[in-house]
Amino acid sequence: MWHIIITSLPEMISAMLQYTIPLAIISFILGLILAVLTALIKFIEPSENKLIKYPWLALRAIANFYVWLFRSTPLLVQLFIIFFGLPSAGIELSPFIAAVIGFSMNTGAYASETIRSALLSVPQDQWDAAFTLNFTTRQTLMKIVLPQAVRIALPPLSNSFIGLVKDTSLASSITILEMFQVSQQITAKNYQPLLMYSLAAFLYAVVCSLLTLLQHYLERRTSKYVKGSEA
Amino acid sequence: MISLKNVVKKYGSKEVLKNLNVDFPDGKTTVILGPSGSGKSTLLRSLDLLVRPESGTLDFGDISLDYSQPVSKKKSFDIRKKTSMVFQNWNLFPNLTVLQNITTAPMTVLKQSKVDAEKHAKILLGQVGLAEYADRYPSQLSGGQQQRISICRALAMNPEYILLDEPTSALDPELETQVLLILGELSKMNQSMIIVTHNMDFARSVADKIVFVEDGDILFDGTPDDFFNHPTTRIRDFLSGITFNDNEALK
Repeated sequence: MWHIIITSLPEMISAMLQYTIPLAIISFILGLILAVLTALIKFIEPSENKLIKYPWLALRAIANFYVWLFRSTPLLVQLFIIFFGLPSAGIELSPFIAAVIGFSMNTGAYASETIRSALLSVPQDQWDAAFTLNFTTRQTLMKIVLPQAVRIALPPLSNSFIGLVKDTSLASSITILEMFQVSQQITAKNYQPLLMYSLAAFLYAVVCSLLTLLQHYLERRTSKYVKGSEA
Repeated sequence: MISLKNVVKKYGSKEVLKNLNVDFPDGKTTVILGPSGSGKSTLLRSLDLLVRPESGTLDFGDISLDYSQPVSKKKSFDIRKKTSMVFQNWNLFPNLTVLQNITTAPMTVLKQSKVDAEKHAKILLGQVGLAEYADRYPSQLSGGQQQRISICRALAMNPEYILLDEPTSALDPELETQVLLILGELSKMNQSMIIVTHNMDFARSVADKIVFVEDGDILFDGTPDDFFNHPTTRIRDFLSGITFNDNEALK
């Protein structure tokens, strides 16, 4: 048994470093950017100025449609449409790019609601205090509201990130040789499905455990102003 | 001087300010009294544009504003620059230290240097007896301490008027006294203030002018002497209703 593990581990770890982890990190960063933009578009009320108001409401309609679309369809179907479907419409993407687009759009849709709820959790009192001091909406967001919202959003965003790491296994279905796909190929040669798939599960668990540690560290960093946290 | 004329504010179909006319003189302490839900806070918040009345005008020194018209960003900025609000629950920024709570607005809005803003903040903290708490977070302090810091935060903007919305209603009597002493000092220094409060002893001792509000109407606008020593029937009922000693129900 140990012989099989030792001979297949390098191949699997190499697939993890080459595809699983880069896919997860790049998609999460892009997804997060998309999520913050989407959340702000839905959260901020436009000023009365018509030149700002109507384009803003149009953006908001697009944001609502995007979140609806990606939350209402399965991730696997989204990946299939992007990679296998879009070429018929003249858009050919490499498997890796197609996967990054699918994963980041999907993560962005869910995470935007996490961020919006974190923004809503900061009391109106904080806005009132900032406005009476003459902060603009932007300054209030940057200095007061977002730092407080980040603390609230961290645990659910960690959920999204950990979920994304595991979801990268779906990239095997659009021809990417990520870790799970490699474990399937090795299994086809050595007929050890229990061992090989357990090994893959173990490697996912290692990555996710490291992310959990990162989450705890970030939570301590962002909670130092909260009563009872000695950081 | 701040003058409000014909101010009407509605929430839905309910009129919370019914065509009010009132002046708040410079360098004086005006105390707004009245039962809960009478419109006191709405009146105070209208002065800082945290509440937008449907109609009426605000004259504030060289600035005039018609509440029924859209307010430009510049005008709103200029009015808020002349005022600073102190809230019932102090509303300090929990993510900033005590010092940052006081210095962030002067640095961001008034473009003061960090050195100047911190110097001023430390003087203010010294005046309220909290110099050694500069690097703490608000959650580590008592309510009374937090309210004193929020007064420093308001003063750091060098406002013409400080607006205080029930500044001691959430404090126990001992902490309340710490805050009231500071407000008493400010009143003696002729800082223009408008205070909404339920503390009658405090109102009597600091007020230069009393405004009594009930059901969105101003029922009294005059001196503390007239208010407390020559009250109308309604004011006498209000005063005796909130004084435990003379309460009819106890007799």
